[in-house]
Amino acid sequence: MTSDLVLTGISKRFGAQNAVQQIDLTVPAGAFFALLGPSGCGKTTTLRMIAGLEEPSTGTIRLGEQEITGLRPYKRPVNTVFQNYALFPHLDIFENVAFGLRRRGVKDFKPKVTEMLDLVELGAFGKRRPAQLSGGQQQRVALARALINQPQVLLLDEPLGALDLKLRRQMQIELKRIQTEVGITFVHVTHDQEEAMTMADTIAVMNGGAIEQLGTPAELYDLPATTFVANFLGQSNLLRATIIGRAEQNLIVDVQGRKVTVPLPRCRVTEGDVWMGIRPEKVFLSRAGTEQSNGVNQLRGAVVTDVSYVGVSTQYLVKLSWDQELTVFEQNTGARGTLAVGDQVDLHWQPAHTFVLDAQQDALAGVEDIDDSGGAG
Amino acid sequence: MTRAGRWFGRNLVMMVAIVVLLYLFAPIVVVMLMSFNEPKSKLSYTFDGFTWDNWQHPCRPFGMCDAVSTSLRIGLLATVIATALGTLMAFAMVRHQFRGRSATNLFIFLPMASPEIVLGSSLLALFVSSGFGGQLGFWTILIAHVMFCMSFVVVTVKARLAGMDTRMEQAAMDLYANEWQTYWRITFPLVFPGILAAALLSFSLSFDDFIITNLNAGTTVTFPMYVWGSAQREIPPQINVVGTAMFLLALLLVVGGELTRRRRTR
Repeated sequence: MTSDLVLTGISKRFGAQNAVQQIDLTVPAGAFFALLGPSGCGKTTTLRMIAGLEEPSTGTIRLGEQEITGLRPYKRPVNTVFQNYALFPHLDIFENVAFGLRRRGVKDFKPKVTEMLDLVELGAFGKRRPAQLSGGQQQRVALARALINQPQVLLLDEPLGALDLKLRRQMQIELKRIQTEVGITFVHVTHDQEEAMTMADTIAVMNGGAIEQLGTPAELYDLPATTFVANFLGQSNLLRATIIGRAEQNLIVDVQGRKVTVPLPRCRVTEGDVWMGIRPEKVFLSRAGTEQSNGVNQLRGAVVTDVSYVGVSTQYLVKLSWDQELTVFEQNTGARGTLAVGDQVDLHWQPAHTFVLDAQQDALAGVEDIDDSGGAG
Repeated sequence: MTRAGRWFGRNLVMMVAIVVLLYLFAPIVVVMLMSFNEPKSKLSYTFDGFTWDNWQHPCRPFGMCDAVSTSLRIGLLATVIATALGTLMAFAMVRHQFRGRSATNLFIFLPMASPEIVLGSSLLALFVSSGFGGQLGFWTILIAHVMFCMSFVVVTVKARLAGMDTRMEQAAMDLYANEWQTYWRITFPLVFPGILAAALLSFSLSFDDFIITNLNAGTTVTFPMYVWGSAQREIPPQINVVGTAMFLLALLLVVGGELTRRRRTR
């Protein structure tokens, strides 16, 4: 019954500002799809265009065979869970949930509403007003109010942004469970990369009104296409390097006079200056001179400058001979005693964990702000 | 500090509040009392004796009930027209971008800020110069009242509308309500308290107005004009009956409104 949601060449201008620029996107039927990006990246605008609350400046939106670009919001088989829920304050919970069914003239809506309220464990709250419910309960009402209409696509605009951390984790699992159960396509807008990675099958990382990269959480994390994705999804160490040659299926990269190898498919550019990237947990530290290179990449002669013990792991800052600091996570397996500040170390990592990005891009793009409070995108 | 001093300190705010409330309600209490007065002379300002007579025969003073009826009719009509027009205007000013919006925002305050005597005399000049000098009366009063009530309606409804989250309406549209249904099911109920407040304000402003009315009334007599006119010769206690009745009506509306609101949010 559900069909693919296809956006073609979608742009949105507000005055002189381009909120969304030429987006092409296919959301497969039944997918849990996340639009991830910092605030102002155009993700919420994209969502609102799918809902019909904004009109695209260019492009088309299709749902299966049907073009819905110009349809009024109430003519689309799409429902939205709004940021901060937008529950109707003058109607009780039952009427809030029944609203969509009543408007469509569905007869016999009462048992359906009751059933839906039970599904979100709010069966006893039908007569209450939204203001009398906690944030988590309001969130579930908003979800029930949208889901009861059995839309082809459910849009979620930062649905968990207003909840505290513990409740958020709980709702992430709950949402994922409901999605699997009902089989409806979910398009989830969030600025929280962990939330997107936990819940979504496919993530589109947005930045500056465009999609930077699209893929499964593992694909995006393992092989980011841009410095923005490398920094926004988890952390990355990016080192200035130059490609100097090729050996079979590998490229030889010069990092400040030291040679490392990178498999060809993991290189976004194949010549000239590049960023060589490596995730902090993929790096192995050893005391200087104690490990041989066995076909792995190495950088020798580094010094530990900071040690943060986090329980399951330890986070090190190590300074390379040219004064750049890298981050390294190590599991506290107990195989080797923790290192101390000032220790001389060597860094080792697998070529297959290295990635190479275009040096034109900003090495600090997508580095997350300390502010994690959310906001519209 | 002594015990008395501490008690005084703790209850000072409450005592000041009571004094202020007494100050506010003293005139109303006097009106209520005087409605049961049996005056010995025509120009008596003292409570001479208790009687039910005034309440049993409120229309005894000649022309008073006609004046009340005129005031009520003008008040209700002016309220309906001013509330309808003012609400539409408030919607336009909050929800739509148009050239001259900020100027309109400023100008809407002018009728409230101008002295009534200025508005009244300029209206009179307008009516007379446009050839309606002979027709001053019910309709000219109504036009004048609609004019000064509308500013208050716009300001009141605008405040309510500005505080309303537009996502409510978007959510309704998202849930299959068309524009018409969205307005009547969501927007109107949410803005209604503001519209009601505006209507009550309009009615009391219109019912109460003397200066503008007096200038544009011709031979028509409204209740405030009747009171003013009769005060020169006599003070019929029935005036206080009307005053008390109006006050009780207002009280009933406010208490009733508050009770429904509480029942809703319970």
